[in-house]
Amino acid sequence: MPAEIYLNVAVGGLLTGLVYGLMALGLSVIFGVIRVVNFAHGEMMTIAMYIAVALFSAFKLDPLVMLVPIAAVLFALGYVMQAGLINPFINRPEHSQFMLLVAVALIMVNGLLIIFGPDARNVQTSYSFDSFQIGPLIVDATKVYAGAAAITVAAALFAFFRFSYLGQAIRACADNYTGALVVGLDVKRLYALTFGLGAACVGAAGAILVLIIDVTPPLGPAYTLLAFVIVITGGLGSMPGALLGGILIGMTEAMAGLFFTPSAKSMFAFGILVVVLLFRPQGIMGRKAA
Amino acid sequence: MIARMIEGVPLRGLLLSGVLLATLLAAPFFINDYLLTILIIILYFAYTGQAWNIMMGFAGQLSLGHALYVGLGAYTAAALYVHYGVSPWIGIFAAIPVAMIAGAFIGFLAFRFSVAGVYFAILTIAFAEFARVGFDHFTWVGGSSGFFLPVANYTENDLWNLRGKPIMFYYLILALTVLAFFICNFLLRSRIGYFWLAIREDEEAARALGIDVFRYKMYAVVLSAGLTSLAGVFFAFFYNNLFPEQVFHIARSIELILAPIIGGVGTLFGPILGAFLLTGLSETMHAILHAFGVDIPGAKQVFYGICLLFVVLLMPDGVWPWVARKLGITEKRS
Amino acid sequence: MTTLLSVAGVSKRFRGLVAVDRVSLDVQQGEIFAVIGPNGAGKTTLFNMIAGAFANDEGSIVFDGQRIDGLKSDQICQRGIGRTFQIVKPFLGLNVEENVVVGALLRRHDMKSALARAHDVLRQLDLYDKRAQSASALTLPDRKRLEVARALATDPKLLLLDEVMAGLRPTETNRMVDIFRALNRDTGLTIVLIEHVMRAVMALASRVLVLHHGAQIAQGVPADVVRDPAVIKSYLGAEAVH
Repeated sequence: MPAEIYLNVAVGGLLTGLVYGLMALGLSVIFGVIRVVNFAHGEMMTIAMYIAVALFSAFKLDPLVMLVPIAAVLFALGYVMQAGLINPFINRPEHSQFMLLVAVALIMVNGLLIIFGPDARNVQTSYSFDSFQIGPLIVDATKVYAGAAAITVAAALFAFFRFSYLGQAIRACADNYTGALVVGLDVKRLYALTFGLGAACVGAAGAILVLIIDVTPPLGPAYTLLAFVIVITGGLGSMPGALLGGILIGMTEAMAGLFFTPSAKSMFAFGILVVVLLFRPQGIMGRKAA
Repeated sequence: MIARMIEGVPLRGLLLSGVLLATLLAAPFFINDYLLTILIIILYFAYTGQAWNIMMGFAGQLSLGHALYVGLGAYTAAALYVHYGVSPWIGIFAAIPVAMIAGAFIGFLAFRFSVAGVYFAILTIAFAEFARVGFDHFTWVGGSSGFFLPVANYTENDLWNLRGKPIMFYYLILALTVLAFFICNFLLRSRIGYFWLAIREDEEAARALGIDVFRYKMYAVVLSAGLTSLAGVFFAFFYNNLFPEQVFHIARSIELILAPIIGGVGTLFGPILGAFLLTGLSETMHAILHAFGVDIPGAKQVFYGICLLFVVLLMPDGVWPWVARKLGITEKRS
Repeated sequence: MTTLLSVAGVSKRFRGLVAVDRVSLDVQQGEIFAVIGPNGAGKTTLFNMIAGAFANDEGSIVFDGQRIDGLKSDQICQRGIGRTFQIVKPFLGLNVEENVVVGALLRRHDMKSALARAHDVLRQLDLYDKRAQSASALTLPDRKRLEVARALATDPKLLLLDEVMAGLRPTETNRMVDIFRALNRDTGLTIVLIEHVMRAVMALASRVLVLHHGAQIAQGVPADVVRDPAVIKSYLGAEAVH
């Protein structure tokens, strides 16, 4: 095989990895602040993907154009989920929270199955088969746009947490729950906002991902697992870690698909997870748990 | 021994258990094969739920990858039978150790490096997924296109090779369920049970009381894996076909833990009650939908989801503790 | 008298911060020994090193003639050191009796004798009547007593008590003092306690070690220690007037 192929696959994996990273970023933000592990994360992303597919097939609306509205819908879903369902579970044992979100996930994935059926759906844009050529490097246009969109959304989120008052308040909640209560922050609302933001991330990631991957209902649980693998690899609760983990896993999967068989690629992702859990349980960028 | 098993159970509880057992023993003479198959499924989940409960309910270690042990047990016994004609009764002596070694390996890695809570749960999923993809490419047992047991003489009940009618499988799984119940009851009332509960409640305090936490967690995972693998052997010989995509899938692992969670984590009757509730309700709904000529894929799972949602919202400790209070037979140790 | 516990020059650093700085102490068989000092003086860290929750960076700890530093906390408990936690850690999902049975099972393999031992300990600590209550239903004073009962059920030669009187009312403190005195007198149990309640320290301890910023500033009989100018300056202050 010529060397360019490796490079092409690696760059493709990197760009897909950025979208994975954005999805995982949502999970990481939610866990980092609320300390709840969203076991319905991938399912929420497939909801976003189906919304994008439905909008495209009905009105020919480009998923990238609809990225913000779709993210807004998911934000609302996340906000309502946190405020209505999850909030009473904040101080419950982990397995209890887990069961709640598994129930939500089950309803979501099978609800999608009932509505959209088991067949794969996709979006065929005018640029679906375009590609860019830079020297020997050939990259799909969709992947370039996807990667760029993912970086933009992630950057916006970083800026929000860094510079806005609300973002700083949320970070204060994450650092010191009681302290946040004492200084009069409305923690319940901030938690709902955070879950909404995490959901918006995954919504944006879904709108982007539908450009490069066909969506089926079982993709939900698969992406929930993938998001876990990424955030644990990168460091649960670390925002840069999620992006880095996404890139790492995206590239690993792409290379594994090239060297071995695409059907075995998730084995390599899980292999990385096992190694990370054993030798650096806090993840690559994670802080050691107190 | 028997006196010790029933020690501490109130009389009313014993009586009710006796009636339940007698009903289950007599059931095949009164119901048709369809209902019998449903009872088999219920008992299957009661059994696996009991086995999972040792890890989560007793020792407090959340395993979300128990399909791994079912699958290893199923594939080991099935492969020995198909390739070498080995009876499953001999096969279990390979199936149990294989699952136990897998459990010990995961446990050793996780507990040595103090991987706990959510991280442990995800590690268990990772290993089950690992096995799923691995078995997809394991051609000796059929790979992704499935592994099939010969289904020839269905007229005779051949207990030695587990070839036969549902009634044979029914009594087999009933025996397993009863066995698992007594094993769990015995464990919970013994030294190891107390140490598990201490670990579940507070590891640091348990350690300060001289409990070798690592060792007792290992006992829990190994025992749970071994018991779960027997369910796998049963699964293989009952269904006669194995697909990695189904056997090791995360959905199977979740299915296994629904019954004990709905019934009540850490209780002895919880897994049994949960299995009856879950399978009973879902089959009822299935029958109703069928009667109206509606066949929607996914409807059953949505129903599962809604049930689960209600249970976790309204009865966070599970249904059994509530039922037990109503019946006046709260489970009590010592 | 023989030395039961001998701590020699132990230190513990957390990210460069010295929590315990070359502390030494010897506890005699059958003695009640107190460790006092202001908050953050390193008392609990010292306990955690003796009990094996933390590894010490320097020095050695010898218990009953054998080095125990480097052992894990369960091994140390098996050697005969029982401990309580400053922030109590009852097994909330179990009842009072079951909590204590867990401790009693360390040296007993059959339930009957473990239960008998648990009942003895529960009687000693006035918890027998509450044995069927859930640990989560106990008040703080009861939880502190449960913490002691559980540790005692493991049949320790040495009991480490980390602020078991804190938050108790004076009558309850007196009751606890009586209990420990009786235990010490009747069973020869050696006790090392961390305590802020000076009244209890004065009533119980035969010798006192004072820690300040991780270092020991005084050691001796209680009456001398409370008159030590360095101790008064750094810690006792107004409390010494009592």
